[in-house]
Formats: sequence, structure tokens, C-alpha cells
Amino acid sequence: MSRSARNSGVGRVMRRIWKDRVSYLFLLPFALLFTLFTVLPVVTSVFYSFTYNNIYEPLRFVGLDNYLRMFTSDAVFPIAVQNTLVFALITGPLGYILSFSLAWLINEVSSGMRMLFVLIFYSPAIAGSIYVVFGVLFSSDAYGYINGFLMNWGFIDRPVEWLSDTRYIKLVISLCVLWSSMGAGFLSFVAGLKNVDRQLYEAAALDGLRNRWQELWYVTLPVMKPQLMFGVVMSISGAFSIHDVTIALAGYPSTDNVATTMVNLMADVGYQRFELGYASAMATVLFAIMIIARQLVNKLIDRVGK
Amino acid sequence: MHNKEMAASGKTAASRRERPARAGWFGRLLRRLLRVKQTRSIAGDLLNLAVLAAFSVVMIIPILYVINNAFKPLSELFLYPPRFFVENPTFDNFLDLGSLMSNAWVPMSRYLFNTVFVTVTGTGLHVIFASMAAYVLEKHRFYGRNLFFSVVVLTLLFSPTVTAIPNFIILSNLHLVDTYASLILPAVGSSLGLFLMKQFMGNVHDSILEAAKIDGAGELRIFFSVVMPGVKSAWMTLIIFSVQNLWNANGGVSIRSEQLKPLTYALSQIAAGGVRRAGASAAVSVVMMIVPITIFIITQSNIMDTMTASGIKE
Repeated sequence: MSRSARNSGVGRVMRRIWKDRVSYLFLLPFALLFTLFTVLPVVTSVFYSFTYNNIYEPLRFVGLDNYLRMFTSDAVFPIAVQNTLVFALITGPLGYILSFSLAWLINEVSSGMRMLFVLIFYSPAIAGSIYVVFGVLFSSDAYGYINGFLMNWGFIDRPVEWLSDTRYIKLVISLCVLWSSMGAGFLSFVAGLKNVDRQLYEAAALDGLRNRWQELWYVTLPVMKPQLMFGVVMSISGAFSIHDVTIALAGYPSTDNVATTMVNLMADVGYQRFELGYASAMATVLFAIMIIARQLVNKLIDRVGK
Repeated sequence: MHNKEMAASGKTAASRRERPARAGWFGRLLRRLLRVKQTRSIAGDLLNLAVLAAFSVVMIIPILYVINNAFKPLSELFLYPPRFFVENPTFDNFLDLGSLMSNAWVPMSRYLFNTVFVTVTGTGLHVIFASMAAYVLEKHRFYGRNLFFSVVVLTLLFSPTVTAIPNFIILSNLHLVDTYASLILPAVGSSLGLFLMKQFMGNVHDSILEAAKIDGAGELRIFFSVVMPGVKSAWMTLIIFSVQNLWNANGGVSIRSEQLKPLTYALSQIAAGGVRRAGASAAVSVVMMIVPITIFIITQSNIMDTMTASGIKE
């Protein structure tokens, strides 16, 4: 009796899957490569977080030791978490709002100029030289552009050590991150804005929307919700994993670890000290933080247009 | 009929605001020059342009710096204090790079072929596979679709810093180390493309899909002739991300044979030659940008065109 019931349950699922076989076939090529090269590495890393793994010796299962260690006996980890959160809170929201605002402003100009502005705003992402330029701008001697400017105009009388003075490091790095924040999110906003149906604006005008601000809030933003959510994931994954720029500008380790982020520490632990298990545990904690951040931000996005 | 109605309603909307009627000759001239939409105020549009121009000045600095550096003679590259703009522009850096490239152990054309092959194959497959998957995830109802999509989005939040090693172990177990596939396949299976395409699939209306089905079109036919044209701006954008990613891939640890190394690797070897190669290395930065910028301009102008076309139709 129970066996036949189970059989019919399994049978029903199988029949449903067979009925939708075309859908599964469409999904298959991507799903296969995605599982192998994206999901499997993530699952393996989470598994590593419960082991001691120095890459050369066979790995040893250690339970929760890695997690206990980072919260109880690691002096740098709490600082790195704090720095990561500070950077993310500064650069995430600002960068997101900036890239949407600029995409929206660009959408308002004629198409020839639109092309030019999109190219200019995205060019730092192509040129990739942004850290070098920042190094020159914020050079610690009197020849650095910012120091030179401030001294010429009498704001300061001696050069400021922008990249080693603990008061300024975070600020300069955040500026640099914001400068390069016109990335994937920005381009998806540009493309999404172009897809908003003109008829919607016309209908909204008949309904009595007076200006472009109302149009933005009641028409554009609600229609753009999918792109806004894409942008959220892009900017969260960017803002919480700042790492190249801190090394390029402040070095590693930076003065008093003021600029050390979780990803900096992960790379150090994993590839300099060969403790892949410990690095994986940090990555898993960061993963959890980012998931929580995304839930919170998505709640905000849900309020758009209401 | 339908179009006519829309045009009529558009006209009433414009006349309700009565802005165009108030504009004097100067306003009309400005409107012509700026090609401002009828429903916008000129002051607002000028302010908008001013803001964009101000941001442009800041955003253009990095690329200007790279281009200026490539034309600086060695004496200016090492000038202290550094100067932003080139004083005596020269082509020497590019000539140096050219002669270094022609003396390479493996001919440069081979490196170029490797990179072009990997970029074109990887981008083509990623765009098609990710779009096919995004289409069924958005438009079909089947078992496990929500779970699958959630996993795709979640993987974007896991730091790639630590997954590099598991990734290599998987490639090595599949005997893919030292093949083009080690660069192509992981790029094809990356989450970003699917997420992006899925977010745009809502733009394809169900009614069009139904109509195509009633006309007797198969799913593949529907996908290529109805769905893909409908989300053109999305995959044009995806092409940029994918090309940038693959064009700059240097092969890392997964490609060992010199014959299979990409162009980025070869050029970074030239650039790594220290002080003597400073000039050539500045030229490398510009040479490597040419293809991504060209692709960017082609795809973006296509996105703009989609808009103008539908604008005329209305």
C-alpha cells in the first residue's frame, strides 16, 4: 500500500519532469557547466572551512576550529571585519546611487551624446589604471597633485601622508573605489532604462504626473526593478570584497591594518601562509554577511514606487 | 490603428504641459541643438548636461593618463615630479613594442589567435547558453526553477579568492589543464550572464510568445527569432562583460604550454621587463584596450539603435 503510494508520487514527479523536458533541455548546457565550475568550487570551499588544509599534506577534519579561531584568538580578523563593513557601508550605497543617477541622467540626453557619456563613464573599467592615477594624485610628498594644490592655496603648510596616515587611508581608498564604481551595474541600468516602454510615460502623463521626478519614482523605478536587483548584487559583491585597491594604495599590511579587509586577510592566510581551511572559513563568514546585506537591501528595493 | 491612438495620446500629454508653446526662438534653437524631448524643460536639460560634463572631466582622467603615458618618451616617463600630460609625444614606445613582439619565441600571431579564439568561443557560448537558461527560468514553469535561480544569485556573493584552488583541482581532474577549454568552460558557466539575462527576460511579453506558439513555431525557433531580438540590449551588454573578462584572462596556472598562452600573458611578460621596458609597457596598456573599446562602441551603439527604431515606430 505505502509502496504503491510512493511509486505513484515518484511517478508523478517523473511525469511532470518528462512533460517539461524541453525546459530542462534548454537549461542543461548552462546548468552542467555552472554546476561544475561555479557551484562545485563554492561547495568545496565551504567543505574546506571545516578542515586543516595546507595544500601539500592530506587535509584533516577539524570541525569548527577555524571558526572558533577567527572569533577568539585572531587579533587581525575583527579589525578586518570592521574595515570591510566600513568600506561596504561607504562605497556600496554611494556607488549604487551614483551609478543609477548617472545612467538616468544619460538617458535624458540625445542619443549621440548618450554614447559619448556612457563611454567616458565606463572608461575607468576598461583602462584599469585607476590605482596608478590615485597613487600620483595622493602621493605623500609635496609633488603629489593634491598636496601641491592644497599647499599652493595655503590650506596646509606641509604635505599630508594620505596613504600612511591612519586618519586618511580609508577616505582615499573609498574615493578610489567610488571612482571605479561605474561597472556592470551601471551598464545594466543604461540598458534597462532604454527598455522602459515609452507608452508607459505617455499613459502616466495622462494620469497627471507633472515632472521628471514623479516619472522616475512612479514609472521608471518600478519597471526597472529587475535591473535594480541585479545592481544590488553587483554592488554588494564589489563593496564587500574590496582588496586590490587597498594593496595598491596603502600596501599590505597597511599602517595599523587600517585598510586590511577580509579578502586581503583571506588571500594572506590562504596563499602566503598556506592555511586554505582557515581562509575558506573566512570566505564562508563573508558569504553569510553578504547574504544578510542582500536581504536587507532587497527589502528597501521592494518599497520603490510606493 | 493602435499606433495612431498612441501618437494621439502622446500629443495630448505634451499639449497639457504647454511647454513647447511657450518656448521662444532661442528656446526652439536650443531644443533643436540638444534634441530635447518635448515634455522636458530646457533649464533642466542644460543642468543635466552640466552635471554630466562635470562628472566626465573626473571620469576621463584614468584613460587619458594611460594614453598620455604611451606617447611619453622615457625621459618624461621617469620625470620627477611626474607630469600628467605628454610634452613631446613620440611613437617610440609602440615601435619598441613592435620590435619586441616580432622577436618573440612563439610568433605573436599565435598568441593573438589564442586570445581571439578563447574570447569569441567563450563569449558566444556564454551568451547563448545563459540566455537559453534565463528564458526558461523566466517564462516556463517547471520543477526546481526557483531553487536553481537562487543558487545562481548566491554564488555571485561567494568570494572568488578562495575558489581559485578548488577550481584548479576540478580542471585538473577533468584533464582540462593546458587546454583552451580551461579558460572557456568556466567563463561559459559563470553566474553573471544568467542573472543579467534573467532580469531582462520580463521585457518579452507572454502574448508574443503565445502568438508564436499558435503560429506553430518550435521552442528553439521562438528562442532565436522572438526572445533574443526582444532582449537585444541585455545580451549586447553581456557581450561587453564577457569580452572584457576573456580578453584580459592571462591563463594563470591553467595554461602551461607557451603555444597556448593568451596575448595578455605575452604582453605582460614584455611589460614585466623592468625599467628598460617602461616605454613598451606603457604602449601595451593602450594596445590591450583597443579591442574592448571597439566592442564597447559597437555594442553600445547597437543598444542606442534599438531605442531609436522603436521611437520612430511610435
